[in-house]
Amino acid sequence: MAVQSSTRPEVAPGQRRGGSQLPMEPQRSKGVLGRLDIKYSPYLYIAPFFVVFGIFGLWPLIYTLRMSLYDWDLGSTIETAKFVGFDNFAMFLGDEDFWNSVVNTLAMFLMSTIPQLILALILANALNKRLRGRTLLRMGVLIPNITSVAAVAIVFTQLYNRDFGLINWFLGFFGVEPIDWTAHSWSSWVAISSMVDWRWTGYNALIFLAAMQSIPRDIYESASIDGASAWRQFWTMTVPMLRPTIIFVTIISTIGGLQLYGEPLLFTGGGNPLLGGSDRQSQTVTMFLMEQFYMKFELGRAATVAWLLFIMILIFSVINFLFTRSLRSADGKAKQRKAVKR
Amino acid sequence: MTSTAVRTGVTTPAPSRRRRRGGGAAERLWQASPLTYVTLLAAVALSIFPLYYMFVIATRTNDAIGQTPPPVTPGGEIGGNIDRLLGNESAAFMTGLVNSAIVATVITVFVVFFSSLAGFAFAKLRFKGRNGLMLGILITMMVPTQLGIVPLYQMMYEWDLHNKLPSIILPFLVSGFGVFMMRQYASQAVPDELIEAARMDGCSTFRTYWNVVLPGLRPAIAVLGLFTFMEQWNSFLWPQIALGDPTNPTVQLSLQRLSQGYYNDYSQVFAGTLLSVVPLLVIFIIFGRQIIGGIMEGAVKA
Repeated sequence: MAVQSSTRPEVAPGQRRGGSQLPMEPQRSKGVLGRLDIKYSPYLYIAPFFVVFGIFGLWPLIYTLRMSLYDWDLGSTIETAKFVGFDNFAMFLGDEDFWNSVVNTLAMFLMSTIPQLILALILANALNKRLRGRTLLRMGVLIPNITSVAAVAIVFTQLYNRDFGLINWFLGFFGVEPIDWTAHSWSSWVAISSMVDWRWTGYNALIFLAAMQSIPRDIYESASIDGASAWRQFWTMTVPMLRPTIIFVTIISTIGGLQLYGEPLLFTGGGNPLLGGSDRQSQTVTMFLMEQFYMKFELGRAATVAWLLFIMILIFSVINFLFTRSLRSADGKAKQRKAVKR
Repeated sequence: MTSTAVRTGVTTPAPSRRRRRGGGAAERLWQASPLTYVTLLAAVALSIFPLYYMFVIATRTNDAIGQTPPPVTPGGEIGGNIDRLLGNESAAFMTGLVNSAIVATVITVFVVFFSSLAGFAFAKLRFKGRNGLMLGILITMMVPTQLGIVPLYQMMYEWDLHNKLPSIILPFLVSGFGVFMMRQYASQAVPDELIEAARMDGCSTFRTYWNVVLPGLRPAIAVLGLFTFMEQWNSFLWPQIALGDPTNPTVQLSLQRLSQGYYNDYSQVFAGTLLSVVPLLVIFIIFGRQIIGGIMEGAVKA
């Protein structure tokens, strides 16, 4: 069992390349130009990233924090805007509509992520067998991922249509009365989560498949000889060994899921899609941000929502991290226990 | 994980594959049962069905939507539906297609160039602060870009770039993910000896990059280029903010306008979604194998 730890794909990148030799080191035989080239051009080569990111990424980020502390309308400048401290933050924390958007976002995040991960694991396990038409099957499950958010949302909105939608038509065979999917929170959650699932399950299955392929097969052979069933091997060997990848996928889904925007916006349609329907049934936090920004032109408040969203993402990343750490230690204990038994 | 770990990870199944031919309990484990095929074919069918349905509706008249049972075969109305779509001035669909093609292409070229250049520097050149700077790039990958949209909009407004394509091109010319991916690939795929030889021949670092490193990075460039193009073609939130002018949309914005303004003309809306997906489908069919390889390799390396 000790072998697998070195082959297991790790999540945290960036701590490698210790003492390896690098060929391009300053050498005496070069002229002045050559020496300047070797010494300074690396900085020139990485400069575009830092310049562009600095202007269009970092600066707006810092400025967002500043704007969130002001009563800042369209056309305000730093001189004319009124400093209000943390009033914007306090206002939203007591705002029902804000919390409604948080609940919607979290519900859709959970309803899309959990089934998605389970389905992706099952699909990956199936794809990991010896198959005819392997590439075609892989392409088949990945195809939703290359479709655009707008196209997915338009097609699914039609499928969920109350009067002509195929889903209500299908449910009709089981005696279900036509559902007005956009009218309630729960039904919007179901519909929107299914769009996210459709688009991302195959992609995640391929990531899991890649990780499964790096598990040495010998351990399965010995488990089979010991008489463990395929199902048992899947849950007690494959899934635990995929844990780093599962964590990676969960974190990516968290960051993406909490920023959900295009699908609910197009699903809602109607007079004012940014509100997520007449009762804000499907308004997510990003839609709420856009409501402040694009409908009300309250730029300071929009910046505040941006920071609240960021804090939400941070909190969930920390929860993820703690959750995985507890998983890891539980697993370690299990291993210890096994070792003692032996 | 070091590069050697990746290699062992990929190659370990090979010996056991040979052994498997001998049979035994483990042999059965990797055999695809009928259930496996049923599961996979069902998944593929579910994946393709919405796209196929889109195609069917786009090729029929509007009454197809209300029919029960729903139509399952394409009709012959695609030409008329597309005519109506292209004649629809308020959707500006053709402008959207052209704009998206321009934006996605320009961004792809720059992302690939800047990422491979920086990736080469991080993987093969020695300079002070290299590890710290790389870590900085990794951290930028964690920050959601949506966070800065409010000041970004103000910036574009002040520079008089709003409603113009540069407003949606400039912020995306570089990619932290791209740099990371190129660095990983360069450190494995381009042997140090090759770079050493180029240096002995008196190549400058840029010529080394251009003549030696870039050709070696070709597979990674293909994958990064495809991902970047698809991502930009599909991007939605920022173009919606930056291109407020309805006469100058991207293809996604034009779709949104169609779906909200013309929701009764289903076949026109679906013809639009079909046309917006076709370029990506063509890319996917041609490069599907590379795209899958890129996703799976990226997963192991990440």
